Amino acid sequence: MSTAAQTRVKPRKVWTPSQIVLTLLGAVVSAVFLAPLAWALFTSLKSETEAVAVPPRWLPKEWTTQAWTAIFETGNIANWFVNSLVVSVCVTAVVLSVSALAGYGFARTEFRGKGFLLGLVMTGLMVSPAVLGVPLFTTVQQMGMVDTYWGMILPQCAPAAMVYILYKFFQGIPRELEEAAFIDGAGRWRVFFTIIVPLSRPSLSAVGIFTFIASWNNFLWPYMVTNNPDLMTMPNGIATVMNSYGIQWAQLMAGGLMAGLPLIIVFVFFQRQIVAGVAHTGLAGQ
Amino acid sequence: MTVTSAETVITATRARTAAGSAAVRRKQGFQHGAWFVAPFLVLFALFVIWPLLRGLYLSFTDANISGDATSFIGLDNYSEALDDPLVWESLGHSAYFTLLVVPCITVLAFLLAMLAHHIERGKWLWRLCFFAPFLLPSTVAANLWQWLFNPGTGMINHVFGIETAWLTDKSYAMLAVVICTLWWTVGFSFLLYLAALQGIPAHLYEAAKLDGANAWHRMVHITLPMLRHITGLVIALQILASLQVFDQAVVMMDFLPGPEGSTRTFVQYTLEEGFTSYRVGYASAISIIFFVIIAAVALARMWLLRNREEGGR
Repeated sequence: MSTAAQTRVKPRKVWTPSQIVLTLLGAVVSAVFLAPLAWALFTSLKSETEAVAVPPRWLPKEWTTQAWTAIFETGNIANWFVNSLVVSVCVTAVVLSVSALAGYGFARTEFRGKGFLLGLVMTGLMVSPAVLGVPLFTTVQQMGMVDTYWGMILPQCAPAAMVYILYKFFQGIPRELEEAAFIDGAGRWRVFFTIIVPLSRPSLSAVGIFTFIASWNNFLWPYMVTNNPDLMTMPNGIATVMNSYGIQWAQLMAGGLMAGLPLIIVFVFFQRQIVAGVAHTGLAGQ
Repeated sequence: MTVTSAETVITATRARTAAGSAAVRRKQGFQHGAWFVAPFLVLFALFVIWPLLRGLYLSFTDANISGDATSFIGLDNYSEALDDPLVWESLGHSAYFTLLVVPCITVLAFLLAMLAHHIERGKWLWRLCFFAPFLLPSTVAANLWQWLFNPGTGMINHVFGIETAWLTDKSYAMLAVVICTLWWTVGFSFLLYLAALQGIPAHLYEAAKLDGANAWHRMVHITLPMLRHITGLVIALQILASLQVFDQAVVMMDFLPGPEGSTRTFVQYTLEEGFTSYRVGYASAISIIFFVIIAAVALARMWLLRNREEGGR
């Protein structure tokens, strides 16, 4: 707050020598960072024959959108995009609701076995599909959820890490805020929805955004649980189906950029909240 | 804003609630508490605890892919795993990857965050540039770097004027995966550092300047100590994530274990045994071994943290 006020009061930021050096340095580092993305973009605008020319050139000799039209005409891209959207939106919605409730329950209510259950959740911090992929697969198989949306969505919906982050955050909210409401006759649920949730908006949006990113980009679990190309998500379809045709680099790069674009747009609009959220969740704090 | 109104409410109500609060907490809390955690616990039990227990059970059997335990074979899977050279080799690959990635990412993330924090103009642009790769799916990042590392047609050899066979020479393959990973994931740690830097109170620096501390002193005596907590967190998160590496390695090597198996990671080996060789019992046993290793690392971190806090203060 105070820094924002200060910058507004300052009439103009001056170009001191050190700022000029830093800005130049930043520009060089950013160029290195973005070069691979630029390379992908330029490749996607080449013809397939030009894409594999030796030696490689940065810019296409002939600019063509042939790779972009091809992925829409031949591939399943539109399908995968919708699947990714359905899976990520569902996962984010479920994770946000269940982990906010659970975080609050662990932080602020008492019930029998709370200590034991909290310990179990801490164990969960160490288990991921990477660690226990095979037994998780046979479990999901037993439930008959292989090659279904449910099978892709539900196993991503029990992230102990998100519960833990929100639990830590809720512990930091002053108890007196709730107790005032209790005295005035509000119940637990009312307090949760009218006091806790509004106060936690930055943390909840950080959890939501990171869940969405993780789910949109998740490769391993959808890879294990789906074989049907119609059900695949973006990262999955691009990596497994597009590669199996024999790699067409221009198309692959176009598809890859399509998969990354939605999140880059989300980040451009929400980056302030993301950084603030990271600070608020206590992820970065003390 | 919220802080001031919260404080007013607090002072106004503190007196009234002091006596009644304990009773209220007991009354309101008990019956509702379990309902708050129930939805999460159902999902958690089904998709974390149950697979963990099931994996433990399967690891004592010679189950195949359909999950039917054909017979109970005790510790045979475990003793086989300890004698299996591929278990040790793939574990070694994951550890090697972790040893290379974790220090590099921590230093790189810190430097990028310092840069983005201190440039006054266009802060959002620097943030976007350094964070953008993390927004790509791992498979896309892997395909992109597979393409960049491609010997004749790729840009890396062309730009640096070298002729390294990155993806087919076993001494470079893992290095290529590491470079891709650094580029792709540094943004996340960068963001953690950036948020932590913004949280350091400005008056500390002002006071130090008044006392005549130069930029180096301020860095060593204020910035680095204030970032100690976040550095610990970045390192811990990176170790746990790096030990579980799978996506980049497998996609960059076209779903094969790399030249002479040099990029076969532990997760990849587990999945090969489970889904390619259909030995679910054996795969479960090595998963459990892996879980124990991860848990040991996590517990060691907690233990170190507790000791340092107790010793430090």
